[in-house]
Amino acid sequence: MSKLQNVGQQVLDWVDDRFPLTATWKAHVSEYYAPKNFNFWYFFGSLALLVLVIQIVTGIFLTMNYKPDGSLIPGTNVSVAFASVEYIMRDVAGGWIIRYMHSTGASMFFVVVYLHMFRGLIYGSYQKPRELVWVFGTLVFLILMAEAFLGYLLPWGQMSFWGAQVIVNLFASIPVIGPDLSVFIRGDFVVSDATLNRFFALHVIAVPLVLLALVVAHLVALHEVGSNNPDGVEIKKLKDPKTGIPLDGIPFHPYYTVKDILGVAVFLVVFSLVVFFFPNVFGYFLEDNNFIPADPLKTPPHIAPVWYFTPFYAILRAVPSFLGTQVWGVLAMGAAVVVIAFLPWLDRSPVKSIRYRGPIYKSALVLFIIAFIGLGILGALPPTDIRTVVSQILSVVYFAFFFGMPWYSKLDKTLPVPERVTDSTLGRQMRFLALFALTLVLSAVFAWVI
Amino acid sequence: MSDQQVDNSKRRFLLVAASGAGAVAVAGVATPFIASFFPSERAKAAGAPAEVNISKLEPGQKIDVEWRGKPVWVVKRTPEMVANLPKNDPKLVDPKSESSDQPSYCQNEGRSRKPDIWVAVGVCTHLGCSPTFRPELAPADLGPEWLGGFYCPCHGSKFDLAGRVFSGVPAPTNLVIPPHKFFGDADSMLLIGEDQ
Repeated sequence: MSKLQNVGQQVLDWVDDRFPLTATWKAHVSEYYAPKNFNFWYFFGSLALLVLVIQIVTGIFLTMNYKPDGSLIPGTNVSVAFASVEYIMRDVAGGWIIRYMHSTGASMFFVVVYLHMFRGLIYGSYQKPRELVWVFGTLVFLILMAEAFLGYLLPWGQMSFWGAQVIVNLFASIPVIGPDLSVFIRGDFVVSDATLNRFFALHVIAVPLVLLALVVAHLVALHEVGSNNPDGVEIKKLKDPKTGIPLDGIPFHPYYTVKDILGVAVFLVVFSLVVFFFPNVFGYFLEDNNFIPADPLKTPPHIAPVWYFTPFYAILRAVPSFLGTQVWGVLAMGAAVVVIAFLPWLDRSPVKSIRYRGPIYKSALVLFIIAFIGLGILGALPPTDIRTVVSQILSVVYFAFFFGMPWYSKLDKTLPVPERVTDSTLGRQMRFLALFALTLVLSAVFAWVI
Repeated sequence: MSDQQVDNSKRRFLLVAASGAGAVAVAGVATPFIASFFPSERAKAAGAPAEVNISKLEPGQKIDVEWRGKPVWVVKRTPEMVANLPKNDPKLVDPKSESSDQPSYCQNEGRSRKPDIWVAVGVCTHLGCSPTFRPELAPADLGPEWLGGFYCPCHGSKFDLAGRVFSGVPAPTNLVIPPHKFFGDADSMLLIGEDQ
């Protein structure tokens, strides 16, 4: 051992006597045993963490030049806030790349989180004993939606303004306290400079703190119970009698750190393609109307939320008002998010993974995917009578998947679950790819027809 | 000391008393923070009435006026538009404006002080978008029975030319009519936000 290594070891020992550095590293990384059969679905958790870091770093640098000021520059209809974003894009060295990383990161956050949630759904990762992992995860999703919404107001463009107008008015529809509550949220009788300032404060400090705390809780809960896997087999049941290490477990580091680096490399290729070649993604990541300064007197002819909110927005629009209030649509939209947290208690199946589930669950899942993607497409399109009817049908399917689950998951015939984890077969992978391609084609056809 | 009996009920009392006092302190300290979320005095003061000259308004024309940060529409309806209003009645949620928000002098068929000049807050009663003025008869996208009105681009709510909401759309009530009054020579001026 060289002298330098010796000094390094002594420093580490000194620290370990005072702070559990090595112990923490071991518990959560080098001696955290994860199932050895993770497939590509397991990339998205670590990718979500990567995007979180990207958002925090780019966000910090954006605040150095952004001004949360809704007042108009004298003689123009452009606000100081809108102009400061243009300034970042045009005059700040490296500004455009930092902003595009942040705006692309926002959308990519939802891409990886939706895939991460879908992974949990198909492999039953929410089932006992991982209920709290799932509940914390749902809260992360909820807070992420709040964070994205608050951040979207900051450029103070037309979509920023009218999007905030619509969402804040959701709260105004609550009976009795609603109108006062919406004034409380805005800090004014209309969306104004006061609203912009508080949204900025919430977006850059309050909500990120909550988000970080929830991510920590999500990971601590996960590492307490251990990771699920594509077979839904509890690897802790079969341990090496000598070492106490699960027979199907491998240490997270180096095995999964190396695997995740591959995922990161592929992800960053996609991320860079978006940032450098089409940061707007045809109006889906950055909407065209948001390049027009906010005008409180003129709603753009077609307003739609950013793509990641569209499934929930379609549910909101699908519910008509009755009994003189339109709170029902708002309740339905809220319920569509909240119901996800109750999945651990709605699912009565004796098996976790889709691999051992029967035809009823698989059909229900396919219908759910169709409903979710269909609602996502409808939520981005201007409403027509036929689209409203289709949204209503798909909203019913969306909720039926959850509320029917206690019955159909119990009725379903399941396959016997093996003792040990299995390898992913080529046939399985081909089947998945075929399904994925089919979903894409069907979505495109649906979008074109509707 | 160690052989003394622990009085658990006394401990419980102290625990409850300390928690209660703590909760009161937290509530007290939270007050200014919560209060700061409400509109400031400056925001509350910015509600002055808006004045507009309507003498140059052409029949069928709509102008937008800003009042309390919101768009207010002033439309000069043609006699044909006014005559068409009752035809919409069967398709409306609240044709008599009984559960809608307007000054008492505007609770009539045209929801206006004068048959032709109609004033309304141009904010959809659903979620606050500003609907689009669609005065034309039977356009392709709104169907052959459309007699002119307003279409909200956000969620597809429809209103007639008196701001009355059609049934089967998300908006629950008719558009809000602000207090307003006419003044000046031959009522050429309109004051929005004040009717006394």
